[in-house]
Amino acid sequence: MGFIWFWLVAVMIVGYVVLDGFDLGVGVLHLFLVRDEEERKATLASIGPVWDGNEVWLLAGGGTLYFAFPLLYASAFSGFYLPLMIVLWLLILRGISLELRNHIEVGVWRALLDGVFGLSSGLLTIFFGAALANVLRGVPLQADGYFFLPLWTNWQPGVHPGILDWYTVIGGLVALVALTMHGALWLTIKTSNELGRRARGIVTPLWIILAVLTVVSLVATVAVRPQSLNNYFNYPFTFVVPAGVIASLGGVWFLNRKEQPVKAFLCSCLYLFFMLAGACWGLYPTLLPATTGAENDITLSRALSGPHTLAVGLAWWIFGMALAVGYVVFVYGKFRGKVDLAPEQH
Amino acid sequence: MSSELIHRLHFAFTITFHYLFPQLTMGLGLLIVVLKSVALKTGSERWDRAARFWGRIFAINFVFGVVTGIPMEFEFGTNWARFSRLSGGVIGQPLAMEGVFSFFLESAFLGLFLYGEKRISKVMHWFSAVMVFVGSWISGFFIIVTDAWMQHPVAFDRLPNGQFEVLSFWQLLLNPWALLQYAHNMTGAVVTGSFVMSAVGAFYLLERRREEYGRIFLKVGVIAGVIASIAIIFPTGDLHGKYVARNQPAAMAGMEGLFKTETGAGMVLIGQPNEETGEIDNPIVVNDLLSFLIYGTTKAEVKGLDQFPQDQRPTALPLLFYAYHIMAGLGTWFVLLMVVSAFLLWRGLLYKSRWALWALLLSFPLPYIANTAGWMTAELGRQPWLIYGLMRTSEGYSNTVSASNGLFTLLGFMGLYALLGLLFTVLIYREIDHGPEAKAAVELISAD
Repeated sequence: MGFIWFWLVAVMIVGYVVLDGFDLGVGVLHLFLVRDEEERKATLASIGPVWDGNEVWLLAGGGTLYFAFPLLYASAFSGFYLPLMIVLWLLILRGISLELRNHIEVGVWRALLDGVFGLSSGLLTIFFGAALANVLRGVPLQADGYFFLPLWTNWQPGVHPGILDWYTVIGGLVALVALTMHGALWLTIKTSNELGRRARGIVTPLWIILAVLTVVSLVATVAVRPQSLNNYFNYPFTFVVPAGVIASLGGVWFLNRKEQPVKAFLCSCLYLFFMLAGACWGLYPTLLPATTGAENDITLSRALSGPHTLAVGLAWWIFGMALAVGYVVFVYGKFRGKVDLAPEQH
Repeated sequence: MSSELIHRLHFAFTITFHYLFPQLTMGLGLLIVVLKSVALKTGSERWDRAARFWGRIFAINFVFGVVTGIPMEFEFGTNWARFSRLSGGVIGQPLAMEGVFSFFLESAFLGLFLYGEKRISKVMHWFSAVMVFVGSWISGFFIIVTDAWMQHPVAFDRLPNGQFEVLSFWQLLLNPWALLQYAHNMTGAVVTGSFVMSAVGAFYLLERRREEYGRIFLKVGVIAGVIASIAIIFPTGDLHGKYVARNQPAAMAGMEGLFKTETGAGMVLIGQPNEETGEIDNPIVVNDLLSFLIYGTTKAEVKGLDQFPQDQRPTALPLLFYAYHIMAGLGTWFVLLMVVSAFLLWRGLLYKSRWALWALLLSFPLPYIANTAGWMTAELGRQPWLIYGLMRTSEGYSNTVSASNGLFTLLGFMGLYALLGLLFTVLIYREIDHGPEAKAAVELISAD
């Protein structure tokens, strides 16, 4: 049961990153990719009908984590108190600025709101990447299962690290670049003409930075927490996951060159999937490692809810998520194709 | 300054602000379905425009509800970690179900409703409106289930490590407390929606602008308003109140300001609870009424606060008493106003009765106050318990998050929400000012 729930939660996190990832990336990109108001409208229209649904994955995933692993939820959310509050404020600013800019015609205000939208999108990707890196590195858990992290200490991932240190900053940068590229690929699919070409063009430099950062982050992860490799050596066939990272990243380059944007975007989804799955497998069966000694680790068996809770949960979860995936497929199908910028006929 | 107080204020402030938005979303969701249904049946472009206009108001309101709602789920973990650790196995479920069953549905069909009208058929567009309504009401249900379990825990067991776990999906969802509270709460949302719609209609008629739309809004708003205003008292409020009296007698005694147990207890209409003397100052009392309302007979005994040890009485007594009386008092005004308005509507006089239109216009903030006061009644009445009878509020907050960190983020939210409140007011004002004939703001994205 623990194994199942571990991977169900992981799937929801992957779902969130893959889906909200591209609209966060579009948020970052629109700051420097678009040239005029028409292009900006096309850019924002490409995520308009879906960004809110994409964010639901965060809530549904959070809720699932909450009931399947209450100890982890309680410990991590109170321990990461300050950065999570900042994430909440950023999510609020981002949602409001996107909504508001559709209602305001004054250029200066629009520029301000676009700036807030882009900046909050970028900071969110960095925070999410850094959050994952915090989990991989470990936190100073006490015996009672709680901790409280300051925003930074000496920037070293030691026994008493901060939210930000050199390692978690790398994690933040990987997320920023990976999701920006993800967003560029989305725009390549959804927009046409000059804008679409520029979006496709920017994938190349982003790809090069991402390839370097990916290698750096993998090496850094092994350096910071060598145990991350244990599962891989115990089950050597699982090296297929890092191989998948490389293959999917290669696929993005190749397919973007061949002007096959949909396939390139799917490769980018796979890249995000393999990166996250690889990280989860590196942790398993630990959920949150302790820098204060392995005896304080929050492990799967320690955090898992009672058997009745999980049995009840599994029944509705499967049914509900099947429905949810149905809606997602349906809506994306309805909004398939390029963004329609033709003036209305009346 | 205690951490417990800061964490309570943190949750109370953010959820009070948050709930200003969903109550309108849920109420309007239903009324938009009414508008769309008439439009579909009659083929009237005017009713369709009316539906689109309220769809735009709904959309703004929805976004504010979403962005202020995300913090609520987080705060269970950030500010109430010890509570979450023990109860996550139960209340995490309805919270996750809200995301899985409601938010996916709601966001998918809202996107279609707002952006997809040109890509789908008329029937499909109507169906999207229905699904948005259903999604928002499912969402409300799961939140009520969560709160109801804290008010009246059912279908649970405790593991050796103290954690609660849920034993039955259906018993959790069909908790009698949840069903009664849901009926009462959703009726409250319809009251808010219908008062807001009536007020905009009254505004247009008083302004002598867009009067054809003003009449539509008044017709729908007043008819829904009179039904909801009566239903919020009887049967939903009545049944819920009786259930509270039987299952949380200390809360009921606090709400009514009943310090001493009485046979043939009277109902205090107005007064000030004095905790030092244990009496109500300057009261106006209707004899025997409370006994009658709760037990159906004027002779019944109603337990007063004297029956409960100090550490089991509601902790903020005057606040509880006032919140409840404000809710009940406003509820009475809603019935009065809406019955008169409905009568005038029936006689064909409403559109010309400027005094009634003024009353409808000025009354739109009141359901917000009544809904807020109702929730305060429920949550203050539950004190000092976090999970009624099982876990105290003092045992639930995150004790690793210091009071000053909590205060920092509380002040941050206050500042940010002040800004949000301002922006919201401006946005809604502009929509009402531009009116139903204006080009949709969201269409500006793809056209212009």
